[in-house]
Amino acid sequence: MQYLVSVIDDKSNPGSTDRQPAISAFNERLIAEGYWVFAGGLADTDAATVIDNRGEQAVFTDGPFVESKEYLAGVWVWEVPDLDVALNLAAEASKVCDRKIEVRPFQ
Amino acid sequence: MIDVGEAVTRAHHDEWARVVAALTRRFGDLDIAEEAAAEAFATAVQRWPADGVPANPGAWLTTTANRKAIDRIRRENKRDDKHKEAQLLYDNTPPEPLGAIDDDRLRLIFTCCHPALAMEAGVALTLRMVGGLTVPEIARAFLVQETTLEQRIIRAKAKIKAARIPYRVPAAEDLPARVSGVLAVLYLVFNEGYLASGPDTDPVRHDLTAEAIRLTRLIRALLPEDGEVAGLLALMLLTETRRTARVSASGELVTLDEQDRGAWDKALIAEGHRLVRERLAAAAAGVAPGRYQILAAINAVHTSARDIRDTDWSQVVALYDQLVHLDSSPIVALNRAIAVAELDGPEVALAAVDRLEDELAGYHAYHATRADLLRRLGQSQQSRTAYDKAIELAGNTAQTANLTRRRDQLR
Repeated sequence: MQYLVSVIDDKSNPGSTDRQPAISAFNERLIAEGYWVFAGGLADTDAATVIDNRGEQAVFTDGPFVESKEYLAGVWVWEVPDLDVALNLAAEASKVCDRKIEVRPFQ
Repeated sequence: MIDVGEAVTRAHHDEWARVVAALTRRFGDLDIAEEAAAEAFATAVQRWPADGVPANPGAWLTTTANRKAIDRIRRENKRDDKHKEAQLLYDNTPPEPLGAIDDDRLRLIFTCCHPALAMEAGVALTLRMVGGLTVPEIARAFLVQETTLEQRIIRAKAKIKAARIPYRVPAAEDLPARVSGVLAVLYLVFNEGYLASGPDTDPVRHDLTAEAIRLTRLIRALLPEDGEVAGLLALMLLTETRRTARVSASGELVTLDEQDRGAWDKALIAEGHRLVRERLAAAAAGVAPGRYQILAAINAVHTSARDIRDTDWSQVVALYDQLVHLDSSPIVALNRAIAVAELDGPEVALAAVDRLEDELAGYHAYHATRADLLRRLGQSQQSRTAYDKAIELAGNTAQTANLTRRRDQLR
């Protein structure tokens, strides 16, 4: 079962910026235990572009699809047996990243 | 001659959770289990009067429900893909490794009270799947529309499936946290019964308190070593013992100091005290008690006293001191202050209560407590204002009646 694990940051109350070594160590553990599928940190939401090509021509909009205080700072994809395993790992991930985490199953 | 209606009711009480739990394990689907269990009980209602009550009602119901579930899967598979049938009926993969205790009902309870489900969803799902209450019964109990409640249950079941919430007793290291989630659900059910929140409902809902006690007894039987389970059961029993003395003939809430203690249920007190003694022995042996055990001990002080003056208030305050260490919530501080009033007088208590204003200004009990302390200090004007505020915020009809009388008796 795969889960998208989102790291959520808050513009008005950002998490600490010195987490990279701890995150790398945590990633190595995820790989060793066979849970790791993918991981990636994201650039600032200012760097996002929204594309809408449902009409006659593509419209490009500068910025993220939704402006909000909270935003996606990075993602993982984990392969784990069930939600309990995902939640236990996510609880650790939240400490490691010093940020909130959302766990969402793939269909 | 056995009354068949009574036999069905008893079987429903004793066997519903077992049937649902066994079917959920076999078919891996709460929907199928729930529907098949309901059909099996409906069949029992039709057949038992003519055929007689089977020697082993539980086995009869499980077999019947199994058959209903297989019928349903076959029926659906004629419409859907043939694939699913094979997968469901011939799933020979070994069961998940077991946690500390193996009982299907325990799996069911932990799944329904999973921390990934909202509290209200957990409550509804537990009462339906484990308690066997119908959707209209639960909707009535919590004063929500049947369709709303139905949706809540459907949504919870869909999340269990989509997010793959496991049907499993948690691992030993996760057990204390997960048990506390289950107990929180049951305590909420009990409290809603003990002080019903709605203006249009009976002030005390015995159906809910009884159901909460029944489910807590079940968990106690399944997890006999867990101190907090014993603590919550004791707390419920020692609270429930006062139920009949708690509302007057005119429908007014009777506070602890005015209750007829002769009307308290002695059997419940005896059982509650036994549990509290068991936990005191464990505490003496070095097992730190959790909040339900401490709350149960506080209630045991009350149920041991002949009247309000006979109450060992220093013991009550000492127990609240212990509770404050575990739970720094302002509500615990408020209840501690109420005990302090009996030990050190209303003035000391009022100072402590006033410090909680920022956090509790929207809570009826805060104003009711202040009103009572101000009345005892002879400050009628301020007391009246506090009673007004408490009456405005209280939802329970019997409580409103009590507060109104006390306000109107002020000179």
